[in-house]
Amino acid sequence: MTQPTHKDYAGAKLGMWLFLFSEMLLFGGLFLLYGVYLARYPQEFTTASRHMHLFFGTLNTAILITSSMLVAMALTAIQRNQRRLTLWLLGGTIFCAAVFMFNKYLEWSDEFGRGIYPNSPKLAAGPPGESVFYGLYYLTVGLHGLHVLVGGTVLTVVAVRVWRGDVHAGDYIWLENGALYWHLVDLFWIFIFPLYYLVL
Amino acid sequence: MTSAAQFSPATSSFWNDTGKSGITSWVFSTDHKRIGLLYLYSVLTFFLIAVSLGALLRIELMAPGRTIMGPQTYNAVFTVHGVLMIFLFIIPGFPGAFGNLIMPIQIGARDVAFPRLNLFSWWLYIAGAAIIVTSLFTGGGPPDTGWTFYVPFSERTGTNVSLAVFGVFIVGFSSILTGVNFVTTIHRLRAEGMRWGRLPLFVWSVYATAWVQILATPILGITLVLILAERVLGTGLFDPTKGGDPLMYQHLFWIYSHPAVYIMILPGMGVISDIIPVFARKPIFGYKMIAFSSLAIAGAGSLVWGHHMFTSGMSDNAVLIFSFLTFVVAIPSAIKVFNWVSTLYRGSISLEAPMLFALSFILLFSIGGLAGLILGAAATDIHVHDTQFVVGHFHYVIFGGAGFAFFGAMHYWLPKFYGRRYHERTAVIAWALLFVGFNITYFSMMVLGMEGMPRRYYDYLPEFAPLNLVSTIGSWIMISGLILMMVNLFRGLFRGEAIGQNPWGGATLEWSVPTPPPTENFIEEPVVTHGPYDFKGAGIP
Ligand code: HEM
Ligand SMILES: [Cu+2]
Repeated sequence: MTQPTHKDYAGAKLGMWLFLFSEMLLFGGLFLLYGVYLARYPQEFTTASRHMHLFFGTLNTAILITSSMLVAMALTAIQRNQRRLTLWLLGGTIFCAAVFMFNKYLEWSDEFGRGIYPNSPKLAAGPPGESVFYGLYYLTVGLHGLHVLVGGTVLTVVAVRVWRGDVHAGDYIWLENGALYWHLVDLFWIFIFPLYYLVL
Repeated sequence: MTSAAQFSPATSSFWNDTGKSGITSWVFSTDHKRIGLLYLYSVLTFFLIAVSLGALLRIELMAPGRTIMGPQTYNAVFTVHGVLMIFLFIIPGFPGAFGNLIMPIQIGARDVAFPRLNLFSWWLYIAGAAIIVTSLFTGGGPPDTGWTFYVPFSERTGTNVSLAVFGVFIVGFSSILTGVNFVTTIHRLRAEGMRWGRLPLFVWSVYATAWVQILATPILGITLVLILAERVLGTGLFDPTKGGDPLMYQHLFWIYSHPAVYIMILPGMGVISDIIPVFARKPIFGYKMIAFSSLAIAGAGSLVWGHHMFTSGMSDNAVLIFSFLTFVVAIPSAIKVFNWVSTLYRGSISLEAPMLFALSFILLFSIGGLAGLILGAAATDIHVHDTQFVVGHFHYVIFGGAGFAFFGAMHYWLPKFYGRRYHERTAVIAWALLFVGFNITYFSMMVLGMEGMPRRYYDYLPEFAPLNLVSTIGSWIMISGLILMMVNLFRGLFRGEAIGQNPWGGATLEWSVPTPPPTENFIEEPVVTHGPYDFKGAGIP
């Protein structure tokens, strides 16, 4: 099958944006539940939210924002044909993703240790509103963590392609779309962080 | 109407284009026509299985008491019938089969925007389908929740709901990717001169559908993830003993599943809008309004999901608002019906098989749609909610509507891809059996529902017996029509009379290319100079 030889950049980006809309609605369902249950259990949500690890939350926010900056810089670097720099910046982004996941691991281990996990006896004994809060927390953050893993994998593939020279100053749509996806992963966290750690 | 040109597959025909041959030239092909046919045969396989299950349901309901199966089997059979029909036949069917086969050619493109993604979507569909089929034979046996997977039952039942739900999730992902692909294709790959105002109405409907696929399907995805979490992790978000609310499940489920009925019906409406002008030999009446109403249905239709929950314990305000909005969606649907009928007015109508399916679509869809208003009005819904009336209503809409449009599309477009056609007289007889049987089957069910017979029960009170027998006999007529139709259609495609380039005299682009279409669809880049229903402009008498 002969493929069209020219590449349609605008098309590829449009496709990526459409996919991102779809991702937003995936999380939208969980945010909707958050809104409804917050209205029903304002008191319990506040209490539960006070027991979150503000330290890990803040640290991870800083890490993700840094990673977004790095990936944006990688895009500029590839446009200027600085291949080595691009690779370093992508490596930095992926490193941030790994640190983010490691922090999550520490945070969750601690919470599990304190008896806070879905269907735990401790939550079952406490007020139902708190159980709902933590249930939503684990699902939302778990789904987000899955996206961090996917995003990290995508960026690794992109880095390999940069390294092999498939992605270069003349054709960097892979990097651009990978960066778009990574920004979205970051953006979700920008909503999750205040909702679960801060505002209540 | 058929021109008797000899069938001589041009060497460039997409049937013999690749170096590869055999099965791999299909299942690894990125040609939208081959992928379209892959979808067609896959969805038809599940359709036929699900029809057999539907037939079993009707046989069980032939007489009161146990006829051929007990309650648990009945629950499993109607669930699997519903899941296969909805998630494996009608939702992927239109975009996957005809969206792929027809849309790129109609806009003058060589292929879709992302051909490899397109193939990947089909593979995802097959993977999801395989998981669903596996769920029937493993674990606690086939799910028995109904296709809606309502909590709390779906959390507690020991049947294999988790695996089935996971399969549906995968199929949903496939649907999202198809939507992304089609919106991009329609934006980016229109041929020179193919302005938005010249898009065939089928393309408009595929476009509106693709947006619904992109924006509504992820809500289904997250809902299914939540069921899995409830069953596997016990998160309790829908479990009142843990502070959750089952009503939230219903909200999330219908936020997707109501718009999903537009994924089923919109492309069907598009097909009808393409068939009617050709067989009435008149340009479509109200092109702009039909195109716009597709978008209006897709938009307004995403705000009406609550009409499935009037009796679930929502607030009265919510009931009123959802009821009102439901009536609002009826407006763009009615606009389409009026436009189709106006197109027929003073046309030179030829009643061949595709046209018969199109005309019966209008009638059956209108009956189903009006029955929908009875369900959409909060007061009357209380009376008929969860009765056989509902079953009658949605079969009128998705089977009489989307299903008949699918059959119409098969008669109208498949010969183009095979170079041969079915036997016309037999097709008309099959259509007549199908149409008559259909109405006997489902009209009886609507009446039974009005009289109070609930849905999803294997047994019923003796006073419902006569009409149930009538309905079951109707289903036999309908199924014999269906079998005759399929045999005639496919026999014709492989052995029937050869057809020329433009057997029906259509003015859209697919009729301007050789039969069967070459690999890259067009021998030279098309330049579009006339509208899709401008028969004079296309030089067709
Ligand atoms: C020969 C064709 C068919 C027959 C005989 C048939 C029969 C039936 C019957 C008797 C029921 C009701 C079971 C009950 O509530 O007790 C049912 C349910 C259903 N049918 Fe069909 N049907 C056919 C075709 C279709 C088609 C083409 C579709 C959709 C594309 C479809 C979708 C459904 C759905 C979604 C349900 C609801 C399942 C549930 O309650 O969970 N059916 N069918
Ligand atoms: Cu609905």
